[in-house]
Amino acid sequence: MKIIATDRSGVSREIEGRDGWTLMEMLRDAGLPITAECGGACACATCHVYVEEGWYEKLVPKSDAETDMLDMALAVQDNSRLACQITCSDALDGIKVTLAPE
Amino acid sequence: MSSPIETDVAIIGAGPIGLFAVFELGLLDLKCHLVDILDRPGGQCTELYPEKPIYDIPGLPIVTGQELTDRLLEQIKPFGATFHFNEMASALKRLDDGRWQLSTDAGTEIIARAIVIAAGGGSFVPKRPPIAGIDAYEGKSVFYAVRKMEEFRDRDVLIAGGGDSALDWTLNLAPLARSLTLIHHRDGFRAAQHSVNQMRELVAQGKINFHVASVKALHGEGGKLEAVSLAGADKSEWRHACDRFLPFFGLTMKLGPIADFGLNLHENLIAVDTAKFESEVPGLFAIGDINTYPGKLKLILSGFHEAALMAQAAFHVCRPNEKLRFQYTTSSSNLQKKLGVA
Repeated sequence: MKIIATDRSGVSREIEGRDGWTLMEMLRDAGLPITAECGGACACATCHVYVEEGWYEKLVPKSDAETDMLDMALAVQDNSRLACQITCSDALDGIKVTLAPE
Repeated sequence: MSSPIETDVAIIGAGPIGLFAVFELGLLDLKCHLVDILDRPGGQCTELYPEKPIYDIPGLPIVTGQELTDRLLEQIKPFGATFHFNEMASALKRLDDGRWQLSTDAGTEIIARAIVIAAGGGSFVPKRPPIAGIDAYEGKSVFYAVRKMEEFRDRDVLIAGGGDSALDWTLNLAPLARSLTLIHHRDGFRAAQHSVNQMRELVAQGKINFHVASVKALHGEGGKLEAVSLAGADKSEWRHACDRFLPFFGLTMKLGPIADFGLNLHENLIAVDTAKFESEVPGLFAIGDINTYPGKLKLILSGFHEAALMAQAAFHVCRPNEKLRFQYTTSSSNLQKKLGVA
């Protein structure tokens, strides 16, 4: 599957998504500047992304833990998610995300 | 300024690895002072995930970040290390006699024979909202912590956030502020429910305001805040008069002054050898998440191993004329005396 990721300067690139891995791991391993300080434990809110309309609705809804953790993220919008809580799968092939400011 | 503290080893960072370093150094009779920007020991373990279980500490099938920290503190108790909390290691220089002088932003000066950087991902600092020009207001009208409540008396205070800090300070400052408004991106809070209930009660009584909104711009001059532009859930924008703004979005890690210690950094990590865990600068060691070497894994257990080997090397730096006697805690009455069990 493919992920279209846009960084904070507005540059988009296509990266490979590995089935069963998290979106945070894909962004991090592709070298995008995502802090992901807690390493994927839903404990820091530093892998905050905006998911493009159309794709946001296809995601497994946020858990209460993710909703709570987003309270610690900056510039939260209606389409905010924590990338460590999104699992890559073929259903998300072509998903478009933008790194939130930090 | 008080006279400098003299010790064997100064450790930057009181996370699990800094704490275990006290143990390994203590077995070799080396005394330690630890500096940490947080107000308590544990580093990421207690700051980011105190209640989350950790499953990969050898011998502890399940332990939370807080429990691990508590156990390490118990384990190092016999060695009487000194902690300097709420202080950031700000400068490091080599003295003519080969020792190091470590300074903190609180004015503490520590003279040590060896330096151990166990700073994890760096210093925890408040998350700063991405609002243009906010730096000009910081320390004057915008604060990330409440040091003196008087600063907010008879002020029009705006608080942003949905965690415990945001709610606790909303409740604490409401009686003394001229007006207080809380904003958050949703009408729901991660903060403790009883605080949320109390906040809603104050809103119902008309004593404070709450809006689902976020700050888009700051207005004022020379660091003196006069108003902010708020955007609501429906994207409508309005001007809100206030002269104090408290954004509470928790902490994040920044490398901070360590970047200026003259070390050769690789993507904010300190390169070390895997025999001594010493940097390119003799006498300056780095252990835990802050270091890098071929095969490095950012695991607590790896940091413990690094601390043990570092301690052997640090002994030779601190006691160049003494022979190191390697002993086991199970069999050495000498070590058991140090641990207070013999």
